[in-house]
Amino acid sequence: MDVVVEPGLEHQAERARSRQGLLMGLPAMIYLFVFFVIPLGFVVMYSFATRTRTGRTELAGWNLEAYERLGETVVRAVAFRSLWIAAVTTILSLALAYPLAYFISTRRPATRNMLLVGVMIPFWSNFLIRTYAWRVLLDSDGIFTRIMSGAGLGDGRILFTNKAVIIGLVYGYLPFMVLPLYAAIERIDWSLVEGARDLYASGWSAFRRVVWPLSKPGVIAGSILVFVPSFGAYVTPAILGGNKKGLMGSYIVDQFMDARNGPLGSSLSVLVLVVMLMGTLVYFRQGGRSL
Amino acid sequence: MKKWMSLVAVITAFSIVAAACGDDDDVAQADCDAGQTDGDLAFYNWSEYMDPELIAAFQEEAGVTVTEDFYPSNEEMFGRVEAGGSGYDMIIPSDYMVSILISEKMIQPVSEAAVPNKANVAERFANPPYDPGAVYTAAYQWGTTGIGVDTGVTGEDVPHTWGLLFDEAVADQYGLSGRISILDDPRETMGAALKYLGYSLNSTSKSELAEAEKVVADAVDRVAAFDSDQYSELIVLGETVVGHGYSGNFLWDFEEGDSTYDYFVPDEGGTIWVDNMAVLTDAPHPCTAFAFMNFLLDAENGAQLTNFNWYASPNAAAEAFIDQEVLDNPIIYPTDMSKLEFIEDTGDFEIEYTDALSRARS
Repeated sequence: MDVVVEPGLEHQAERARSRQGLLMGLPAMIYLFVFFVIPLGFVVMYSFATRTRTGRTELAGWNLEAYERLGETVVRAVAFRSLWIAAVTTILSLALAYPLAYFISTRRPATRNMLLVGVMIPFWSNFLIRTYAWRVLLDSDGIFTRIMSGAGLGDGRILFTNKAVIIGLVYGYLPFMVLPLYAAIERIDWSLVEGARDLYASGWSAFRRVVWPLSKPGVIAGSILVFVPSFGAYVTPAILGGNKKGLMGSYIVDQFMDARNGPLGSSLSVLVLVVMLMGTLVYFRQGGRSL
Repeated sequence: MKKWMSLVAVITAFSIVAAACGDDDDVAQADCDAGQTDGDLAFYNWSEYMDPELIAAFQEEAGVTVTEDFYPSNEEMFGRVEAGGSGYDMIIPSDYMVSILISEKMIQPVSEAAVPNKANVAERFANPPYDPGAVYTAAYQWGTTGIGVDTGVTGEDVPHTWGLLFDEAVADQYGLSGRISILDDPRETMGAALKYLGYSLNSTSKSELAEAEKVVADAVDRVAAFDSDQYSELIVLGETVVGHGYSGNFLWDFEEGDSTYDYFVPDEGGTIWVDNMAVLTDAPHPCTAFAFMNFLLDAENGAQLTNFNWYASPNAAAEAFIDQEVLDNPIIYPTDMSKLEFIEDTGDFEIEYTDALSRARS
């Protein structure tokens, strides 16, 4: 009855399949190697290089000076400010996106798709242009500032403050929170919620004990997708924040463009990379595999 | 944002850095004839500095396409072209940056045969200290750096001092907190703070610069933005009241505002600068660049440029074609030069300025 397959043949078939997979993945791998791995290698190399007195980066006299400078108060201040802004952005995005994702995923399929397209519409125009548009909305004559002042909130200033940066970041990265949340919530088997309600769970506790845990992979994925780019954000702080009190992204750009300190810019980039990598590793260790 | 694109360029530069060769001992000089072109022109310039109609006219005349990119400070331009292979033909560096570019062998001597109009440059710009004999450059425009104020907000009696940017008491008195913009430019910004403290803006004293750094750092909380592109627009929009910037841009935008405005160089003294046309050593199309240089040094074209951007022209022959109201404007053609100082190349100390601004701002 059982078809006896020679183990060798099966093994060969498997090998062929994996070869095929490799061939198909090759273009992308080459692309990533040339345009991601090699440049990244240069960044690491630069971080150990010497900065000449004219600001040139010399690939010689390898040293750790750029890494020693990571301990300076300036760097620490910039890093903590960035962490704080990224954390606030992530929490606000989650608070806004969760109800929205919940709403979308409980609509009929046709409505659902339309709403999802709606979430993605902002991507149709350039991020830079949208950020400049926020400048008009947030300036002293802008509608937001007027409403805030009218309500007796704030000092009539939003543009060029951290508030503006956070508003801009939440706006920019909200879709990255909504989409994974939607994917997670949409997958939930609602009969489990019905079961909970049958067992006299209140609406709130059914949410807390059934829906929330099941949507957690979406929460974590969305949070990473928002937190990581917020931490390194450059465009938003420059345009809406007035390019001062640097955040990590603009501080790194400044090292390359203004201060012409290639090694420090590179060591900062490596630092960000390592922190993010560790965060992601912890996440996968903590059962993120369920994604 | 231009800077963002520059970043992309820097990252791209990483991948070709291995191919980028080191310094050559001799600077190659292109041999071009008058009016000769060798391809489309890639022009790297300050923003709002070139009349688009002049570019259109040159494209028509020479039968080439001109691409113009912009930079907000000499340092950023330098950072972009220093690795080589930037693809740009012509740049507009200021005085002190010209001497740096010459010593780094990054710009090439002007091809005399291709730029006969160089004779139009006024006597006093024909032998500048940063480029003796004007071998490598031809002057483009000159002007001053100072402060623009919305006097509709502050009143006419606003004191002519750098304290408007840096002094907390002055800021409180005129309601400037959060309504100040300062240039995003190491030499100009640190220079303004040095002048405020009564030092030379070419100081090479570490302690003086450290004091200036503290002055800028203390001002950061009152500053709306560090900005080299939009300082005048921000005032006209009512977003800021006081801006640090270049004379011509202020005049240009103040025309459009509803309030009353003023521009002045503070009593402590400020910057006078000359921007210059220069062709990069590794320019892909040097002959087109020299043809463009010659075109801009033409008397009528030079006048059109000044009538457009409201910066003073170093072109003596152009004067006859410049609008009288421009020539008579003491902001464009200052009458009192005594408190103005040129930014000079401080050699190895340059990097201290960039570091100081970077630290002060973060």
